Amino acid sequence: MGGSLNVIGYGLAAIGPAIAVGLVFAAYINGVARQPESRGMLQPIAILGFALAEALAILGFVLAFINPGGE
Amino acid sequence: MSLSTLATAGGESFEAPAPADFWQPLIGDGAFALTRPMVLMALSFVIIAAVLLATTKRLSVVPANKKQFAVEALYGFVRNGVARDIIGSKEFLRYVPLLFTLFTLILVNNVFGVIPPIQYPTMSRIGFPIALTLVVFVLYHLIGMKRKGVGGYFKSLMPAGVPIFLVPVVYLLELFTYFISRPLTLAVRLFANMFAGHMLILVLFLGGEHLLLHGEGLLPAAGVVSYLFGLVMSFFELLIQVLQAYIFVLLTATYIAGSLADEH
Repeated sequence: MGGSLNVIGYGLAAIGPAIAVGLVFAAYINGVARQPESRGMLQPIAILGFALAEALAILGFVLAFINPGGE
Repeated sequence: MSLSTLATAGGESFEAPAPADFWQPLIGDGAFALTRPMVLMALSFVIIAAVLLATTKRLSVVPANKKQFAVEALYGFVRNGVARDIIGSKEFLRYVPLLFTLFTLILVNNVFGVIPPIQYPTMSRIGFPIALTLVVFVLYHLIGMKRKGVGGYFKSLMPAGVPIFLVPVVYLLELFTYFISRPLTLAVRLFANMFAGHMLILVLFLGGEHLLLHGEGLLPAAGVVSYLFGLVMSFFELLIQVLQAYIFVLLTATYIAGSLADEH
């Protein structure tokens, strides 16, 4: 079975952003649960935070496809 | 990248989908080839134009048909839900056409990824997100410079209240954010989401097909599971595709609002 170590590296690198995204939405759910009328205001903020946290995973994804030397 | 060549016993080895599979020229080859995503982009333009023109031809104040209502709901979502909330009620109207264009274009092109006869997300070729991002990149710098002057704009990048000895470091970081990290993440986020999602579906369906036809023993059953999971992932992709269109427009609006704001 062949493969690329890059992919394992990316899998490890995705742990951080995964936790970050979880935290963002946990905070969002908490906020809405405490104050349901704030939902409309919190939603763009949550999505924005999600997008920023996800950026790290996305950058890692691109780096995972870089092949040293070409194979 | 060679993901893996999963050799199943007895069958020929499995060719995992690779990034090269996304390069699909229709006419010609090399840099000037007419490729499948180019055709899809043109097709999306035709679809959007036709739908918008057809549904807004006979406008009535109270929407008489469902189509006008649906298009108005979509427009209202971008206008009120994104532009007005983020940019502010004073000057958001100027940017609504751009935001609505970006949203519909990205939405239709993304959803192409799961619509059966097409099944190719245009944005999984990095060139298309880069082109869209260039528009946004130039725009938010230009309106910032127009509003505050070139010198004032570069001065406004600096957040207030930073201790004097940290100013050079923070300013460099801000420059990096505004000129490199923002456009980079904006383009690559859209590209990578579409690319990864489509690749995932490809792996599940192609792998399922291989297990089903070439597997031995219990492997065909695993192929069925793979197909089912592929179906589930297709719906998950649909969610991601809509979400990514929303995020792109949301971030664009945020960058525009940041350039227009008086204080950092």
